[in-house]
Amino acid sequence: MFRRLPDIAGDRVSFTIDGRPAEARSGDSVAAALLANGVAACRNTPVSGAARGPYCMMGVCFDCLVTIDGTGNRQGCQVRVAPGMAVETQDGKREAGR
Amino acid sequence: MSDRAMSAPDFDLAVIGSGPAGLAAAALAAGRGLSTVLLDEQPEAGGQIYRAITDTPVRDRRVLGPDYWHGAELLGPLRDSGAAHWPGSTVWSVARPREDRPGDRRLQIGLSRDGAARMLSVRHVLMATGALERPFPIPGWTLPGVLGAGAAQILLKTSGLVPSGRVVLAGTGPLLWLLAWQYLRAGAALDAILDTTPRANWRAALPLLPAFLRSPYLGKGAKLLLEVRRKVKVVDGVTELRAEGEGKLAAVVYRRGDGAEQRIAADTLLLHHGVVPNLNLANATGCAQQWDETQRCWRPTTDSWGATSVEGVSLAGDGAGIGGALAAEQAGRIAALDVLHRLGRIDRAARDRAAVPHREALERALRGRQFLDTLYRPADVFRAPADDTIVCRCEEITAGAVREAVRLGCSGPNQAKSFLRCGMGPCQGRLCGPTVTEVIAAERGVSPAEVGYYRLRPPVKPITLAELAALPKTEADIDAVLKH
Amino acid sequence: MSSQTPDTRKPDVIVIGSGLHGCSTALHLSMRGVKVLVLEKDHVARHASGVNAGGVRQLGRHVAEVPLTVASMALWHRIGELVDDDCGFESHGQLKVAESEAELAGLEARAAELRALGFGHEEVIGQAELRALVPAIADHCVGALISRGDGAAIPFRTTFAFRRKAIALGARFEEGAGVARVSRSGGVWSVETTAGDRHEAPVLVNCAGAWADRIAAQLGEPVPLEVIAPMLMITARVPPFIKPVVGAAGRTLSFKQFPNGTVLIGGGLLGHAVRDENRTELDFSQVSVNARTVWDLFPVMRGATIVRSWAGIEARMPDQIPVIGPSGTQPGVFHAFGFSAHGFQLGPIVGRITADLITAGATDLPIDAFRIGRFAA
Repeated sequence: MFRRLPDIAGDRVSFTIDGRPAEARSGDSVAAALLANGVAACRNTPVSGAARGPYCMMGVCFDCLVTIDGTGNRQGCQVRVAPGMAVETQDGKREAGR
Repeated sequence: MSDRAMSAPDFDLAVIGSGPAGLAAAALAAGRGLSTVLLDEQPEAGGQIYRAITDTPVRDRRVLGPDYWHGAELLGPLRDSGAAHWPGSTVWSVARPREDRPGDRRLQIGLSRDGAARMLSVRHVLMATGALERPFPIPGWTLPGVLGAGAAQILLKTSGLVPSGRVVLAGTGPLLWLLAWQYLRAGAALDAILDTTPRANWRAALPLLPAFLRSPYLGKGAKLLLEVRRKVKVVDGVTELRAEGEGKLAAVVYRRGDGAEQRIAADTLLLHHGVVPNLNLANATGCAQQWDETQRCWRPTTDSWGATSVEGVSLAGDGAGIGGALAAEQAGRIAALDVLHRLGRIDRAARDRAAVPHREALERALRGRQFLDTLYRPADVFRAPADDTIVCRCEEITAGAVREAVRLGCSGPNQAKSFLRCGMGPCQGRLCGPTVTEVIAAERGVSPAEVGYYRLRPPVKPITLAELAALPKTEADIDAVLKH
Repeated sequence: MSSQTPDTRKPDVIVIGSGLHGCSTALHLSMRGVKVLVLEKDHVARHASGVNAGGVRQLGRHVAEVPLTVASMALWHRIGELVDDDCGFESHGQLKVAESEAELAGLEARAAELRALGFGHEEVIGQAELRALVPAIADHCVGALISRGDGAAIPFRTTFAFRRKAIALGARFEEGAGVARVSRSGGVWSVETTAGDRHEAPVLVNCAGAWADRIAAQLGEPVPLEVIAPMLMITARVPPFIKPVVGAAGRTLSFKQFPNGTVLIGGGLLGHAVRDENRTELDFSQVSVNARTVWDLFPVMRGATIVRSWAGIEARMPDQIPVIGPSGTQPGVFHAFGFSAHGFQLGPIVGRITADLITAGATDLPIDAFRIGRFAA
């Protein structure tokens, strides 16, 4: 679980997680926005189905893969959250076409 | 092809990575007249150490501390230098000049920006790719709720996020203590710090103490350590560590030597035991690398100017061996001076002269480094973990599976890929490479230098088929492959 | 590495190169009680045999290779009996799609040519069956040539299985032992290695792949071998959506999905090989052409993530078919190299052919087209 410090700069940004409304701050990565909203697990692995969540936050571990606005396998920590963005957690292997 | 071979490069110099080394190098090179582009994957300059330096939401400057804010001083010179700055650019390939095309000595950089891939041709590449956290494989480290301490620090810098609930830090090394100190400043509570620094390290480090006593780390480090120890429960001498939970972290279990197992309920576990060079791009470009016994990691081989074994490729900063932010900044300037010389802008004497103050500053910045490397060298058991521990997170390969492959004839990390798919997932070995090297070396009873490291291949970051398909192609490229 | 008991274990045959062909030769010889020593300059399956696409394909081969490929396929379908490992072999057919009626007509002609020669393994299928076999294929594809018995295996695992079985039957392997010099005296071949050892045997087999021309040149029969670097790329895992291996009539492509979900894309577009440094360079303008082909033929793949690409070092002969058979100049020397990026499927049979030539002096398969003398001026 992560919480926001008081006295923090930045505008509020509304987006959705698996269709549910959520709120982030401008400047948040998608992975940070998930953690700030209490979502520690963002996908199941294609190998064993184990739950995974953000681990490195710098684009090297590929554990924060999520579907963003319909495009799968995006690195959540490398994409900034944007107003109205639809973030979906991933279940195993993505469909080939999305 | 001859048309392209004769055409001018897009830039004289591409600097890859905008941490301290890259910022300083790009500013110096562009300031002295090289057409320079600074490429970085992140949306803003700063690298990981100065992450979000331009736009962190953390208003209270005491939280991140003066060492962090020093990074802001590197931004003005970059702006004034005239270097092109392309944040949000993921470099996935650097191709060296080909010996079968002697007329074309340019390097080709493959990069993605705004969802589109393109090739960029340059006369020289300076990689300032920095460091990443040394993989810390313990049972359960793949559970949601377990993150790197560096990752947690990035969350603080970029988003003003601190862990809530029950928080445990575990491991060894300066970053662990710095993060704890920053959390205390920010008013975040920590339940425990589990210190895995092997007791024997103190004995090994002691002879190196005199140099450390003259280092810039000493004063700051001691103060910070004392403050953290005063305010947080610190458990020293931890020799066993695992994370437990179903689908997410629930508890951290540890042991000290022969003592009984202890269990702490936890929502967040932040792991750290040092950083290692982020060498994937240099490796995939074909730069020779070597095993650094003191730092227990692979690093690309460079000369004192940062030049690698590959024509037209230099390295500066932690990507060439861990030295820290202040050292990286100076190494960036030194490497940039050498590029100026190589590209004919200054002669050798001018290069050497200009480098003197930077070399002096570099020497100061590196003072005491060996003490820290020795003191905070992670224990064997955490670098080459027990059989049931996952080492390759992508393919979920355990240390035991790697050891079994060794018994079947697997002699190094490259064969481990073929045997087990170990290291073949999207992270391309970044989270398992050092561990796999150490596990195989220990199992074979030889040095890591002998077992080698993954041969990495571009793209060093995944790209979509659509991006690849849309790369600009000439008619000749297409004609050449229409067969019979 | 030096051999520990050189005197008592003097080999009957020295095989140079431990790719699939070297390992297969060692296996077939060992099965007949012949003492084999395999010398390898790097390690087993380091080059083409370890990193190729793994296609087990009869489809579309040069007519000279057809009898061999058919015989080899019979071995593949019982590969577990041969090497005690299934090598990851799966047979779901290989097909070559036609993107136009003209291309389909060309495929019809090819099938007819093979039928006339007495081979029925290649058949033309229409659009409906193509769609049924490969639902993800683009709408514009009108049909395909199919070889239903074809498939794919896992290259490194296969080569390693051949090696393991050969060792179990008594073969010895020395890795890190490049060939520095080959000489002959008193009816015995002597091989000096880069490791500083000397090995002797009456028979020498050249399976040195992209380095085989150097061995041949030492034997006084230079060959016009070209070193090539066919490129491959692979995606992140996606759910299973295709079983057969797919190529194209009019473009360079090999497309297949592994059981683990990753999709391998190749077909033979070339990067650049630097064989003296064991190194290859990718050519992304060519990789891009390959990606474009997949974009066109498999629209479902457009958003797929490419996680890795690579190129092996292989040998290609000017006429695109290998060199197999006895030396044209030296007694007791046999060659098997130059498979021109399609040798993997032939591995099991070529080892047997070479073993036949060595132990019986003849083979029942037609190999005249592959004689090394065809390049002599």
